[in-house]
Amino acid sequence: MLFESAYLITRFGKMNNKSKKDVNEQMLSGTTGADDVAVSVKGLRKSFKNVTVLDGIDFDIQKGTVLALLGPNGAGKTTTVHILSTLLLPDSGSIKINNFDVVKQVNKVRSLIGLTGQYAALDEYLTARENLQMIGRLYRLSHKDIGRRTDELLELFDLVHASNRAVKTYSGGMRRRLDLAVSLIASPPILFLDEPTTGLDPQSRLIMWDIVKHLVSGGTTVLLTTQDMDEADHLANKIIVMNGGKIIAEGTSEELKLLVGSERLEITVINEEDFERAATIIQEENLRIEKSSKKLSFATKGGVHQLKQVLSQLDEAKIEVENISFHSPTMDDVFLTLTGHMTNTEDAGSKEDGVMIH
Amino acid sequence: MTTRFINNDVKPESHSRLFWLISDSWVLAKRSIRHITRNLDQLFSVALFPIMFFLLFRYVFGGAIDTGSISYVNFLVAGIFVQMLAFGANYTTMNLAIDLQRGIVNRFKSLPISRSALLIGHVGADLVRNMMTGLIVIGVSFLVGFEPVAGVIDWILIFILAALFSLAISWISAVMGLIVKSIEAAQWTGFIVIFPLTFVSSAFVPTETMPYALRLFAENQPLTHVIEAIRSWLVGTPVGDSGWLAFAWCIGIIVVTVPTASWLFKRQTLR
Ligand SMILES: Nc1ncnc2c1ncn2[C@@H]1O[C@H](COP(=O)(O)OP(=O)(O)O)[C@@H](O)[C@H]1O
Ligand SMILES: [Mg+2]
Repeated sequence: MLFESAYLITRFGKMNNKSKKDVNEQMLSGTTGADDVAVSVKGLRKSFKNVTVLDGIDFDIQKGTVLALLGPNGAGKTTTVHILSTLLLPDSGSIKINNFDVVKQVNKVRSLIGLTGQYAALDEYLTARENLQMIGRLYRLSHKDIGRRTDELLELFDLVHASNRAVKTYSGGMRRRLDLAVSLIASPPILFLDEPTTGLDPQSRLIMWDIVKHLVSGGTTVLLTTQDMDEADHLANKIIVMNGGKIIAEGTSEELKLLVGSERLEITVINEEDFERAATIIQEENLRIEKSSKKLSFATKGGVHQLKQVLSQLDEAKIEVENISFHSPTMDDVFLTLTGHMTNTEDAGSKEDGVMIH
Repeated sequence: MTTRFINNDVKPESHSRLFWLISDSWVLAKRSIRHITRNLDQLFSVALFPIMFFLLFRYVFGGAIDTGSISYVNFLVAGIFVQMLAFGANYTTMNLAIDLQRGIVNRFKSLPISRSALLIGHVGADLVRNMMTGLIVIGVSFLVGFEPVAGVIDWILIFILAALFSLAISWISAVMGLIVKSIEAAQWTGFIVIFPLTFVSSAFVPTETMPYALRLFAENQPLTHVIEAIRSWLVGTPVGDSGWLAFAWCIGIIVVTVPTASWLFKRQTLR
């Protein structure tokens, strides 16, 4: 029942963004005080041996909101989450969870947070129910509370049918859901989710999104990390873009989109010889070309006029077009705009690719 | 949607530290005990290993080994029994190493649990596994002609020493599980440490036939004392000093390894 609505919400428009906007307006209008800050990070630094992994990170998360850390592999997302969830010590900086210090008041902090790591922290040989009961008791809940919470969570996460099966028989999506359910057994008001949907099939991904939205609507504060701009866009009130242990941009998804363009128009030409000419004909800002796949893309406001204009220009030049598509900006688009290079260096071999032309 | 994810009425119970140490250890031991029955590998080795070893020594080597006044099968039972307890303890090394390598250790680390509970859980499960193994060894021995002379008191003494020995060797295994860097290494340590200890002892042959240096080691190492003590209670062989030495060794090992393992574990799971 819970999940049926998820498809409608996530597939057809952003109905739920209304509540997100309310929160944003509240944040902007300055009606929030120090008591409304669930997570506060100031000057966070961390090195492993001589390698600096976090190089001065600052951010706050308002209670009841979602913050997304968006960044490629190696950006420092997991390290940040581990420090915030008391698994790692910071080298320097002040980190507070509900005003409790993560270094000095570890047990207080641990009682407030739930962590769902990048890799499932489940016992493969136990059933879903046994996993929940075990962690519930280790959180020192009463047997009565454990029983009630276990039933509730199994139901909400659609795992009742599989609750008495060993976890090793579970699919990736079921594992993620159970892993999240286990983190929620003690009802923590603050939740850390490290790449909750990486590697999931699209359907499981939508289910996870829906769960996160429900958690937030119930008042939970969420910090999630992701490599997916779309995910950050759907879930987060505020997005922090990280790269190489630094914050390179932050803002609401609307603000980031203003920077990157809300949608991109992608044109694939048929003939390789036409490619260079097409690149000079299209006079758009932020034009990105990928020679190897004969693709050109640029930010668009989505107007039919602009599309018509570009197509007629290409037509006049007798350049045949194989494919035209719109897509929402990916993390690569964000990174290209912010840093001028792609997130991964796979394409580095062919210099033409991924170059911006203004 | 009426059910809430956040139930503010979910509150931790409050009890003494000792209560939680016992409770946490029990919860984690229960977990490891469930692994025994759900992991076919473990179940097989608990049941098949002792039977295989027993039959091998009894029928393949047995005829060629001279054990003097007592029959070889009567000599052998104590040896196989203790060897199987020692082999079983390798599961503590393995399972601890596996836990530390996998994501689940992060979950345990972020819980407010008693520091040594995970160790006690693994060692406790080992004890249960070893009880099962011990019963199988004794059971099989009756099928192949074992004739013990042990009375009730002897059986009780055997039970107590077997439990103490199992704990001692499991705690050694826990220390090894915390030192090794990989699951593969955990597998090897068991063989490197436990194989020589069980074979260079009086488990399968009287030590008199060994070269001097080996014999010196064999006669003074803890496993021989444990084997000699159990053998004397089972079939009435002379016990010498082995009885009290066996208890002393086991208790001594536990006294040293428990704090060592706890300290290592604390260091490993430090942030
Ligand atoms: N324990 C560690 N020792 C050394 N380097 C590490 C350790 N953990 C992470 N790193 C390094 O820190 C960087 C950031 O890693 P991580 O926080 O996992 O990034 P992300 O989660 O964004 O992919 C990477 O270059 C990684 O290799
Ligand atoms: Mg990561």
